[in-house]
Amino acid sequence: MTTVLDPPAQRRTTPGDRLTGLLKQRETGILLAFLLFLAVTTAINPRFLFSSDGWRDLTLTPAILVLLAVGQAMVIITRSVDLSVGSILALTAYLTGRLGLDTGLPVPVIVLVAVLAGVGLGLVNGLLVAFAKVPALVITLGTLYAYRGLMLQWAGSDRINASDIPDSLLRFGTSSILGIPKLALVSFLVLGVAAYLMRTSRPGRELYAIGSDPDAAHLYGLRVKSRILLAFATSGALAALAGVLYAARYGTISSGAGSGIELEAVGAAVIGGVAIFGGSGTVLGAAIGAYLLTTIDRGLPILGIPDFWQRAVVGLLILGAIVLDKVLAERQHRKLLAERDQT
Amino acid sequence: MSSLLTGPETTGARPAYADHQRPWWQRLLFTRDAAVLALLVAVTAYSITSVPFFSNDITLYFLVLDLTPILLIALPMTLVIVTGEIDLSVASTVALSSVLFGVLHRDGVPIVLAALLALVGAAVCGAVNGLLVTRVGLPSLAVTIGTLALYRGIAVGLLGTTAITDWPKNWTDLAKQKLGTSMVPLVVIPLVVLVLAFAVLLHFTSFGRGVYAVGLSQEAARFSGVDVARTKLVLFTLSGLVSGLAGIYFTLRYGSARGDNANGLELQVIAAVLLGGVSIFGGRGAIPGVLGGVFLIGVIASALRLADYSANVIQIVTGLLLIVSVVAPSLIGWASRSRRRRGPVATPERPVVSEAAPPTHVPNGASK
Repeated sequence: MTTVLDPPAQRRTTPGDRLTGLLKQRETGILLAFLLFLAVTTAINPRFLFSSDGWRDLTLTPAILVLLAVGQAMVIITRSVDLSVGSILALTAYLTGRLGLDTGLPVPVIVLVAVLAGVGLGLVNGLLVAFAKVPALVITLGTLYAYRGLMLQWAGSDRINASDIPDSLLRFGTSSILGIPKLALVSFLVLGVAAYLMRTSRPGRELYAIGSDPDAAHLYGLRVKSRILLAFATSGALAALAGVLYAARYGTISSGAGSGIELEAVGAAVIGGVAIFGGSGTVLGAAIGAYLLTTIDRGLPILGIPDFWQRAVVGLLILGAIVLDKVLAERQHRKLLAERDQT
Repeated sequence: MSSLLTGPETTGARPAYADHQRPWWQRLLFTRDAAVLALLVAVTAYSITSVPFFSNDITLYFLVLDLTPILLIALPMTLVIVTGEIDLSVASTVALSSVLFGVLHRDGVPIVLAALLALVGAAVCGAVNGLLVTRVGLPSLAVTIGTLALYRGIAVGLLGTTAITDWPKNWTDLAKQKLGTSMVPLVVIPLVVLVLAFAVLLHFTSFGRGVYAVGLSQEAARFSGVDVARTKLVLFTLSGLVSGLAGIYFTLRYGSARGDNANGLELQVIAAVLLGGVSIFGGRGAIPGVLGGVFLIGVIASALRLADYSANVIQIVTGLLLIVSVVAPSLIGWASRSRRRRGPVATPERPVVSEAAPPTHVPNGASK
């Protein structure tokens, strides 16, 4: 939360400082938890990581949730929330299927159209939130229903099956480069770009400023409304990209596609250290949170816990993460107070 | 229809002394609650006259049966949202109490005792939310997203994908029982009792005034002697308890205890409450409006269904209604302000207090 005020470039750092700094990062903790879980499950059953299926699942399954979590993190950092991402995912997945079925457009064009549709849907959210001054929770709860209903109405009773999706898109969903599935590469690429922009670019830093203190950001002269629009448009675009990945990965798009995934995305962001009231956290943390969530889903049976308990474990993780954040924030607060008193 | 929404809300405890210069009937009629209720009456009247079979008794019967869980949970949810908090875990609590009820019944516990224990379990769920919010000081949005997963997870974990369906017939019939020979379901009686209880609690007790005070300003509430933490803890516990009641009703009505019961119900409840004029920022809202919101969604859904529209259209309408209901006051405020700026249209009754201006608080007590 102090990152807005002290850009790292201004400090003189030694390698030792960097190491302790890295260890103190919130993302490191969640990454360690993820690696620990991976190590334990793999020790019990080596196939979890070292079989081709295991490796593929590990990298491929989280790809969709990673995209959603990155978009969600950007929105939450501005002190909003986007509950409509599951419905946007469903709508754009269906759009992808339909375009592939009806038009025969080349795949890149289909992807572009779907992502643009996502931007449009995100902009609707953003416009309502930024200009009507209604909390995002309410607006996106409304569009969650509206978009899902739109998709169902449009789809009617016909489902899209794998045979309807263009072959090239399905191949994209199943092929890999250097042993890493292409879909996972897409999510890495998006994550890398988003993490870089959120850390260094002006709009990225402004998102943090707006989330830390909207009034101060406004007084400082930031264009709060256009930045909120930007965050929601990006979230919509990423949800749409997730929709394309969904179509490519599963091939089948039923009416329930992506329903309930919005809360998983919020959960992933929260576990990854994105504070629900904005201003702190990183997209990288959210992405690791997404990895942890999806991997736990597959790993629990190996640890001898029936996978029915998966959601309970996820709930405990979310609660644990926010309690931890609270404790850390209070310690930081006390430390800052002590430092102020010393000087 | 939305022009009715212009009236400033009189329910909020802002220092809007100007309101008292207006006659009582204006204060009563030009409110958000009245607008929702008027819209409900209009939609119902339209449905009765032009939707075939809508005026049948059986429509009303199923309308009430279907709305019961939403209406039940909407009551404590109203109070929770008025304090500026939110509870997203209610549907999971419904499922958990349903599963507890089922498991205890399967293991031979007498049905009344099983129901009571399930209620206790649900109240504990609510209290856990409340303790995490008040004692640990966490934001309720994050806490209840966590417990949404946790409680649902325990429910699914206890039963897996199986369902408990061997319920005694006299008990499952009770949930669908009609009053005498009429088509009014029996559940109306506990519903009315609970609605009255919550209305009295919110509008006619000092606890209720405290609820509004907390929602408008925690600091001010504390300085005027309201125990903020206790108020919130009580409300979250009530929310759990009533969700447990809804869970038992749900189980008996459908004769089945399952881990995925009432999936997604929390969003329907919150949509209905917000549609009923409760401000997500806290401090504003009233039980009559919430009743209007719940029934408005129910009547529209049932009318559309009878008029042969699909469930999808109903979803779209619900979503749009929610958005319009929260955006409309902002739009109207913006329109009236720009009109005032343009011309010297005097509005003597409401001089300085520009209540129509959109609220600028931070959401959900984030100021901490």
